[in-house]
Amino acid sequence: MKWLHKDLLDVSQLSKPEVMAIFETAGRFQELQERPVKKVPTLKGRSVVLFFAEPSTRTKTSFDVAGKRLSADTFSLAKSSSSLTKGESLKDTALTLQAMAPDAIVIRHWCSGAARFMADRLDCSVINAGDGRHAHPTQALLDSFTLHQEWGDVAGKTILILGDIAHSRVARSNVILLTRLGAKVRLCGPRTLLPPALKTWPVKVFSDLNEAVKGVDAVMCLRLQLERQKDGLLPDLREYSRTFGLGARHLERANPDVRILHPGPLNRGVEISSELADSAGSLILDQVASGVVVRMALLFLYMTRKGEE
Amino acid sequence: MAKIDLIVRRAKLGGKDVDVFVSRGKIVEVKPSAESLDAGDATVEEAFGLTLLPSLTDVHVHLREPGFEYKEDVESGLRAAAWGGFSNIMCMANTKPVNDNGSVTELMLEKARRYWPKGPRLFPIGALTKGLKGQELAPMAELAQAGCAAFSNDGVPVESTKIFRLAVEYASDWDRVVIDHCEDPYLGVGVGVNEGEVSSRLGLPGQPDVAEALQVARDVLLAEYLDLPIHLAHISCRKSADLIRYAKARGVKVTAETTPHYLTMTENILEAEATEYDALAKVNPPLRPEDDRLAMIEALNDGTIDCLATDHAPHAGHEKETEFDVAPCGITGLDTALSVTWGLVRDGVLTRETFLRAWTTAPCKVFNLPVNTFAPGDPADFFLFDEAEEWTVSPSTLHSKGKNTPLLGSVLKGRVKTHFIAGKKIV
Repeated sequence: MKWLHKDLLDVSQLSKPEVMAIFETAGRFQELQERPVKKVPTLKGRSVVLFFAEPSTRTKTSFDVAGKRLSADTFSLAKSSSSLTKGESLKDTALTLQAMAPDAIVIRHWCSGAARFMADRLDCSVINAGDGRHAHPTQALLDSFTLHQEWGDVAGKTILILGDIAHSRVARSNVILLTRLGAKVRLCGPRTLLPPALKTWPVKVFSDLNEAVKGVDAVMCLRLQLERQKDGLLPDLREYSRTFGLGARHLERANPDVRILHPGPLNRGVEISSELADSAGSLILDQVASGVVVRMALLFLYMTRKGEE
Repeated sequence: MAKIDLIVRRAKLGGKDVDVFVSRGKIVEVKPSAESLDAGDATVEEAFGLTLLPSLTDVHVHLREPGFEYKEDVESGLRAAAWGGFSNIMCMANTKPVNDNGSVTELMLEKARRYWPKGPRLFPIGALTKGLKGQELAPMAELAQAGCAAFSNDGVPVESTKIFRLAVEYASDWDRVVIDHCEDPYLGVGVGVNEGEVSSRLGLPGQPDVAEALQVARDVLLAEYLDLPIHLAHISCRKSADLIRYAKARGVKVTAETTPHYLTMTENILEAEATEYDALAKVNPPLRPEDDRLAMIEALNDGTIDCLATDHAPHAGHEKETEFDVAPCGITGLDTALSVTWGLVRDGVLTRETFLRAWTTAPCKVFNLPVNTFAPGDPADFFLFDEAEEWTVSPSTLHSKGKNTPLLGSVLKGRVKTHFIAGKKIV
């Protein structure tokens, strides 16, 4: 497949065959993970800027590892070390980065639309590593890849996304991608943490977790940002945990082989019980491993702009 | 008969060719064009092929001076008004310092006199409360004496209903109308995008239409209770229009305005391929769904909404070329309002009568400003307009310093060719 996209801003840009091409490429890189020398010269001499204007450990490290395994030179630019803290505008940051002629920029930013803003101004590929509440396409791709690896196909499976949907770019991108791949998606969370206008989303919405988990094949817990309580969106964490925290008792109603996902970092005992996070059905660490190979696949496809002919 | 000093010849007015006779800044007579005419000493303006319209009045403009002259100043704002067909503009108080004392009002008026001595006329709007903070009443007597035509905390909703009530009552002592910025102070203030399908998809925190309608409901109930007028600024949604219609049917003294952008644009602009997340379309209240746009047209046509106003909100380019969350709200409007709304007349969406009422007679009646209806004795405020001329909206074709409009790149039809205020040519 010839890769035609310049940027990855959201999964909505990707057709199902394109997603499958990403999975296939990621699958091939998986084998590399098991070698003593986990490095190939594919992107030797190419440079990737990791521009993280919002704190991140896993996504940034994952991209860093992915780039290095393909022999690309990766450069980090965090908000604290960028001129954004000196009042520089995002436009000027974009132009400055452009002048350094990178081959790709991975961007995370607290504003929805920031990746699109950069992509419109940069010649190199822009890969969205999370923009505000809008999109987190690489997380959605690695989540689906993890399930794809587990099941062979996500089509026909029922997946529950649980927690703070309103503020979650992970949820938005996953709803789009999972439904595109043929899965049935359910959402569950308190009304204060659900976005408006859900009627038009291709999902079933539940306010009762016991109902929501009935017969599901996977539950994707979202991290609860603790400041939501300060925003007045929740009475307190105890009540949230008792009402919407996923525990073993809920899973009695789910498919016996139910899988548990979480994009991390976890608030153990808040959105998910510790025992479930560490249980046999948990794919949380598989997600981390998938993250590296999916991001290797993305860097490869976007930076060479050609895939399998 | 007074000595005629200006004759406008063969202009199109309401489908007829007319000659307009002006003396000492006032309309003397408008009559069907004569083949021959003894002009005497009068200046003759040949208007063949051009449409004659009375000058417009904009009751909602932000001129940014003092304090933010890099966005707009009195000189550039009045220039945009002159070319945009406006003879009267009212400018809001959210300057820096705030127009909450007579010195600021006088500064604005002095600048207007210095740069545009023949008009457009500037009518400053004083703050309702000191510093727009919503806590203490502004010195409205001083402000009225200095030349303020109305009072408003536009830009910042007055949180306390008690203070707002006192402001409406106190303003009435000086025979001034209060203009309210209709926005519940707790429901998504100034976020610049409607809460709904589009904001959910884009992951932007939105402002629901009820944020506006709640404040409209408060205001119509207060206006009825106090039996005092309140003018409702920049109405954008059906819920507000329904409340205003209900209030007017009960005889409540509320009046309202909407803007050209709520008549012609919707929230969908923010998810269109070319304009996704474009902060040029970030405005407060936000652009709403299509049903609200249609409701604004209905409400304007049936008189529920009295006036059109631009809510001209100029910003510097770098302020808008940024992340959506960070960009300020506002669309520049003085340059484009006439072409946009005349386009609605041309398309049969608005009648010519509605257009004239909304841009001329109604705003002047609400705020007691000079109005030209082409009756003898009216101020000779009018412009000649080439309905067919096409122009592209671009930084170079806009006279305002503010180039921040989602219309950039659009081709509009209709251009002011000549503009007279009180019989004096200003453009």
